[in-house]
Amino acid sequence: MTTAMKYRNDFLGEVEKNVEEGHWVRMCMQCGVCAGSCPLGNAWAHPPQELFMMIRAGKREEVLSSDSMWMCTSCYNCIVRCPRKLPITHIMHGLANYAHRLGLAPKGQPTRETATLFWNNLIKKGRVNELTFSLALYFKDGFVQGIKNALNMQAVGLGLVKAKRLNPMELLGGHGVKDQAGFKAMIEKARQIEDRKKGFAK
Amino acid sequence: MAKKEYAFYPGCSSQSKASASNYLTSVNAMCDKLDVTITEIPDWNCCGASIGYAEGGELPRLALSARNFALAETHLPGKEMVATCAACWLAQREVKERLDGSEQLLKETNEALAAAGLKYQGTTPVRHMVEVLIEDLGYDALKQPVVKPLEGIKFAGYVGCQTNRPFGIAGESFENPVYLDKLVETVGGEAVPYDQKVTCCGGALAFSEPDKSQKQIRDIVESAYDHGAEMIVTPCPLCQANVEIYQSEINKKQGTKFSMPVLYYSQLMTIAYGGSAKEAGLDGQLIKATRLEEIAKK
Repeated sequence: MTTAMKYRNDFLGEVEKNVEEGHWVRMCMQCGVCAGSCPLGNAWAHPPQELFMMIRAGKREEVLSSDSMWMCTSCYNCIVRCPRKLPITHIMHGLANYAHRLGLAPKGQPTRETATLFWNNLIKKGRVNELTFSLALYFKDGFVQGIKNALNMQAVGLGLVKAKRLNPMELLGGHGVKDQAGFKAMIEKARQIEDRKKGFAK
Repeated sequence: MAKKEYAFYPGCSSQSKASASNYLTSVNAMCDKLDVTITEIPDWNCCGASIGYAEGGELPRLALSARNFALAETHLPGKEMVATCAACWLAQREVKERLDGSEQLLKETNEALAAAGLKYQGTTPVRHMVEVLIEDLGYDALKQPVVKPLEGIKFAGYVGCQTNRPFGIAGESFENPVYLDKLVETVGGEAVPYDQKVTCCGGALAFSEPDKSQKQIRDIVESAYDHGAEMIVTPCPLCQANVEIYQSEINKKQGTKFSMPVLYYSQLMTIAYGGSAKEAGLDGQLIKATRLEEIAKK
């Protein structure tokens, strides 16, 4: 039985079980302070309190395919202002991750793509390689667009190199942890447990 | 003053030739002057930052920070961890709270750590460098080494998000924290009133949603000008990078003439304590902090 079938009539239950900090969703009292506190508030088609109500109403496709939670900048303003102390930032991250892992998140959503590139960059060697991360971002929409993006940011990039805050030599490897084998085994194990728990296991 | 020692978690952006390498340079100089010893945690890894969640999920992210704790517990037992990066500090604190509050997550995280021959024990608290300064040393002790007060320079204290929320610095308000202003005054500068001090710079969305983030950055810089500031000072590497780097982009697109230096508190302190421009990492500024360079030369 697929995850979708199992929870067809209980999206709230699915969120409570599979989404990071999802067990808090039913505590929302719909005051909307989160929406008013968000720096990117007007970019959300459905602000957090609306997403919470949609979850309760069983609107699975609409919630998981929404790009709203991808607008979260992780500023934590909603968390500190929520009168019921819901960890809203984490629930938004959890929803985004869940939609992404199920393949329901909007294709080409820029924060989704950036976040994926970032994670893949950091687990490659255990530390972020800022140069290869920036280049991967520039070139994510193809070679021509990549050259355009790189030229656009050329002055900034050269300024950073000159200020010793960006190293062209990072292309050849760059920073990383020494215990590569242990680090990778740890991440793989953590991913295995998570996939088993949340129904992503193949 | 008793010598203070910490297990140091510098984070990816502070590494040599990375975007906040000048932060690390100035932190080292500042700690020297204050007789604070920071010993790098051997083989630390990235914390996942605030954008790691989408692909990283929950448990792999918990494992990242737990590995840093486990390494500190193994190699630097009994020492508190100190982070200079807002996101590193926040991630470590969040993970500690999560693991100390859930036996299930603790068990699963340790199962993952075992694959690297490590174990999280939960014995190491994590602090931000700002906490070390104002709580462990205190403003009086921070004032003592001042030999070149930053007299006459007006600073906008830009605290940003992640050193302020959701944990923040004890005793400070989320809406109007004052510790950064007090640090500025401690080293002889003037902290101007500043209504954008806890506004989000867009964080990692500066990459993915440049227009939305640059609107935030414009507000942050514009308000600093409006209140008569000559420089912005911040405790966060991503705030520093975003607010400094994108000024030229905003100028290009919107016809503004922004040229506001953005500094770390540790750079101000290094200069006030008599350090050179190089020791303060001023050579790392894209927008030169000329008046600080002049003070350093005096």
